[in-house]
Amino acid sequence: MKKYTYTDKKDTRSGFGDGLLEAGKRNPEVVALCADLVGSLKMADFIKAFPERFFQTGIAEANMIGMAAGLTIGGKIPFTGTFANFSTGRVYDQIRQSVAYSDKNVKICASHAGLTLGEDGATHQILEDIGLMKMLPGMTVINPCDYNQTKAATIAIAEHHGPVYLRFGRPVVPIFTDADQKFEIGKAWMVNEGADVSIFATGHLVWEAIQAGEKLAEEGIDAEIINIHTIKPLDAEAVLKSVAKTGCVVTAEEHNRLGGLGDSIAQLLAVNNPTPQEYVAVNDSFGESGTPAQLMTKYGLDAEHIIAAAKKVIARKKQNS
Amino acid sequence: MKQDIEQLKQTASQVRRDIVRMVHGCQSGHPGGSLGCTDFLVALYFNIMNNDPSFNMDAKGEDLFFLSNGHISPVFYSVLAHAGYFDKSELSTFRKLNSRLQGHPTTHEGLPGVRIASGSLGQGLSVAIGAALAKRLNGDDSIVYTLHGDGELQEGQIWEAAMFAPHNKLDRLIATVDYNGQQIDGPTEMVLSLGNLKAKFEAFGWEVLEEPNGNDMASVVAVLEKAKSLTGKGKPIAILLKTGMGYGVDFMMGSHKWHGVAPNDEQLAVALAQLEETLGDY
Repeated sequence: MKKYTYTDKKDTRSGFGDGLLEAGKRNPEVVALCADLVGSLKMADFIKAFPERFFQTGIAEANMIGMAAGLTIGGKIPFTGTFANFSTGRVYDQIRQSVAYSDKNVKICASHAGLTLGEDGATHQILEDIGLMKMLPGMTVINPCDYNQTKAATIAIAEHHGPVYLRFGRPVVPIFTDADQKFEIGKAWMVNEGADVSIFATGHLVWEAIQAGEKLAEEGIDAEIINIHTIKPLDAEAVLKSVAKTGCVVTAEEHNRLGGLGDSIAQLLAVNNPTPQEYVAVNDSFGESGTPAQLMTKYGLDAEHIIAAAKKVIARKKQNS
Repeated sequence: MKQDIEQLKQTASQVRRDIVRMVHGCQSGHPGGSLGCTDFLVALYFNIMNNDPSFNMDAKGEDLFFLSNGHISPVFYSVLAHAGYFDKSELSTFRKLNSRLQGHPTTHEGLPGVRIASGSLGQGLSVAIGAALAKRLNGDDSIVYTLHGDGELQEGQIWEAAMFAPHNKLDRLIATVDYNGQQIDGPTEMVLSLGNLKAKFEAFGWEVLEEPNGNDMASVVAVLEKAKSLTGKGKPIAILLKTGMGYGVDFMMGSHKWHGVAPNDEQLAVALAQLEETLGDY
């Protein structure tokens, strides 16, 4: 197992804030909108640097999405910022008609996704957003794993033409990817090559998958770990290549098991190479209040659950053979 | 080339013929609101706006129009065709398979003149505000126009947008309400009363103009000219334009029943007899 260490921890939303500032420096057409959550989205530095290119919308997310669509008419590259719940479910029709169907170059940037929002509880912990967004034709869906990757992804989506959903989170998590990485949309990142099981993880679950991989290695299980930061378009080639080698799959995500990364992988495999698969995901329920760590344990989204899923799916593979 | 009032009336008559024929041709669509808004759209595209039919999505340096109540697509398509955005022969494809003239307007099929999809109501004012913000950033003084149904004002997003525009002093924005008092389920006052719209917009910080004769071409041009004269003074402008749903075809007038119903062959003939063919049918 390749060794991953970290010296620093940061929230992925800070990666977004710093990436937005950098994207704004690189391209004067980059503008930002926020629905009364500037602090939470870490947009203060962008606002300070480019006050005329920032629009405070108030608590009016539908209007924010519509205005972002309009700003593209005139050549702007708008980044909208609010919590993931208010970025997707609350404004689904606005995104569907004014952004996706209208082919507008809007970047929907969503913080506080999933259970790790923590104490605010289920009203704010959306676990359906990946599914909602990936079902929209033409929408790119990205869920990076740490501060550096979120920053790189934010810069990359400004250079990509087309609507994007960028999902990140609230808690402070280890930084284990390179600071100077080049983020390639749609290109899976090989975390660790292995032969016994493919673990496809996204977002905060990538670090958990690494922790799981280390413990599995101690038990003689050689896990391949792949970071699927781009859920749509899915890197089918990387997934199929890995599965051809390992013959079984664990998917891990901070999302409902319905409609998330796991379903994207399962659909790909069902058509191309039917393979035993276990889901590490929320089992079709809402979340609740608690600390992020407590919630990830209770809802089965940590390294221990990835280990159990890996062992289970390896056993299924052996049964089949 | 600006049309004078007489020319505008001639154009409006042809557009009304097109509307009835398009809706008849596919036996679906929304003739009522389209006929009611014909004078407004004709005035806008043939007299008021500075726009370029060679069509560039970014529209730098030209006036913009957003149709928020997308179901009145027949009038929009006919006006765009006669304004030179695409050939009027394409009007015959309205709502048919493989057409760029979808039931509700969309950019998805690349139809020149359309800059946003609309149909799901309440979104166009936000989009127009975004476009106006882009113009401000680009140092572009041209004007952004919108049209909304009065029933559409029941959508909450309209009022989010209505709050944003004055707060941000978007004073090159002219939003017109097709104040025909009708919606699908009946008179607007019965379905969900709009109350005092003028007072509502004014309370939100808009400059409001009322035009009771929204199907009289000279009055429509005059109120739009008046609105233009009020741009650049710190406030967005709303026009409450009283129109008659179905205006121009006697049996369609003044009733919500022709909101979304197509005429049969016999009704078509009656309607066309009331509308002079001025520019040639498609």
